[in-house]
Amino acid sequence: MKQLEYPFTAAKVRELRTGQAVSLSGRVFTGRDRLHRYLHDGGKCPVDLKDGAIYHCGPVMVYENGAWTVRAAGPTTSIRQEQYMAKIIRQHRVRIVIGKGGMGEATRKACSQYGCVYLQAVGGAAALLAEAIESVDGVHFVKEFGAAEALWVLKVRDLEAIVTMDSRGRSLHKKIAMASKRELKSLLGR
Amino acid sequence: MKRAHWEKNLLELIRRTSTDLPGDVEAALKRALKKEKKGSHAHWVLESVIENAAVARKNNVPICQDTGALLFFCGVPAGFDTNALTAVARAAVSKATRLGYLRQNTIDAVSGASYETNVAHASPVFRFQQRARKTVEVRLVMKGGGCENVGCQYSLPDTGLAAGRDLDGVRRCALDAVWKAQGKGCAPGVLGICVGGDRSTGYEHSKEQFIRKLSDKSHVKDLARLEDRIMRESRGLGIGPMGVGGQTTLLGVKIGALSRLPACYFVSVSFMCWAFRRRGALFGPEGGVKRWLY
Repeated sequence: MKQLEYPFTAAKVRELRTGQAVSLSGRVFTGRDRLHRYLHDGGKCPVDLKDGAIYHCGPVMVYENGAWTVRAAGPTTSIRQEQYMAKIIRQHRVRIVIGKGGMGEATRKACSQYGCVYLQAVGGAAALLAEAIESVDGVHFVKEFGAAEALWVLKVRDLEAIVTMDSRGRSLHKKIAMASKRELKSLLGR
Repeated sequence: MKRAHWEKNLLELIRRTSTDLPGDVEAALKRALKKEKKGSHAHWVLESVIENAAVARKNNVPICQDTGALLFFCGVPAGFDTNALTAVARAAVSKATRLGYLRQNTIDAVSGASYETNVAHASPVFRFQQRARKTVEVRLVMKGGGCENVGCQYSLPDTGLAAGRDLDGVRRCALDAVWKAQGKGCAPGVLGICVGGDRSTGYEHSKEQFIRKLSDKSHVKDLARLEDRIMRESRGLGIGPMGVGGQTTLLGVKIGALSRLPACYFVSVSFMCWAFRRRGALFGPEGGVKRWLY
């Protein structure tokens, strides 16, 4: 398991290879549909995403005793952000995207071009991933986007994931899609 | 109707459904884990989801942060006040959201505003059926957005799939749907399929398959055989848990059928994720739980 600490520099990230298991610690930002569209369309980002990780996640958060606590925080399906991701990686120098299900060609190319990787966390392992979150250090856009879509600033310790798209253009998702397509053809007798 | 009693027990039903993975699903995941090579990505995924289920149960937190659409399937006696049951269920959902068993998961499609209580025009969803018994049966399926997104409805014949209007055509649709999903919708999950119906009853009946036990088979011999065949053939696709590659892409296949119009032959395919959150209870008229289901 490769340990990575924030800030996640281009150099650190370019060393990673598809298939490698990683464990992240330090600052991680959440963002999903509303945030990605907002940033892509030129919205001002309230945090500095440079050398940062965006976690495609809408956590279950409860506000009690003057603070937010995380109850559940597994990944959401990343492909919905495909049309926005490459531009955000480029403009904000994001180095790590964490989600599930992988991303498409534009993101794969941006990862190579700008030095970024995609990490697959375990979908639905929300309670486990919540335990990797040490603290909720801030939140933006709760009023505008709602709690699930807000930009949560988290501090994580040992958040585990697999590199499924690296900065050399390799994608495990693409590989499996092609292999399973061949198998499907034979099951359908074509 | 003893509102407070009903509300307390419906809240408990929601809490269990959200935090406590049913035994048959957990057992199926453990069996799937044994089939994967130690050190493989698939093994790591299944180990994590099994551990997650245990942590969620112990810490009393949602198994998955996408607490999904809340589908209440209710069987009620004649003359039962379904409006009253709907009202207490909505109150229970609101409380469950405040307590963190449910995420603020209900978005106004026009304004984009979030309904903080999860109570809105179409949330939660209620399906009532009148039955001859005196008890009230309430089953809750929490169906996340990920698996909802990978559902699809085919209209046969489909020349692209070489699928004719027969059960082999249904098989082709099911395998195509699983391939298209590539493990999204959090494989390994369960397919719910309806052959026939119209575009709305077809999808509804495909989701009704999710109240079945994992171990059951269709009463219709041809459908039971097809359930087995699709399960077997899905293994060959090698898509695996969460699409990282592996032996198990599905935990089960459940097929139902409805009558259809001569001009139409729909195959509606719905997915449930591995976090197959479905629970239920048999209630007495006062809202007391006689028996927990599953």
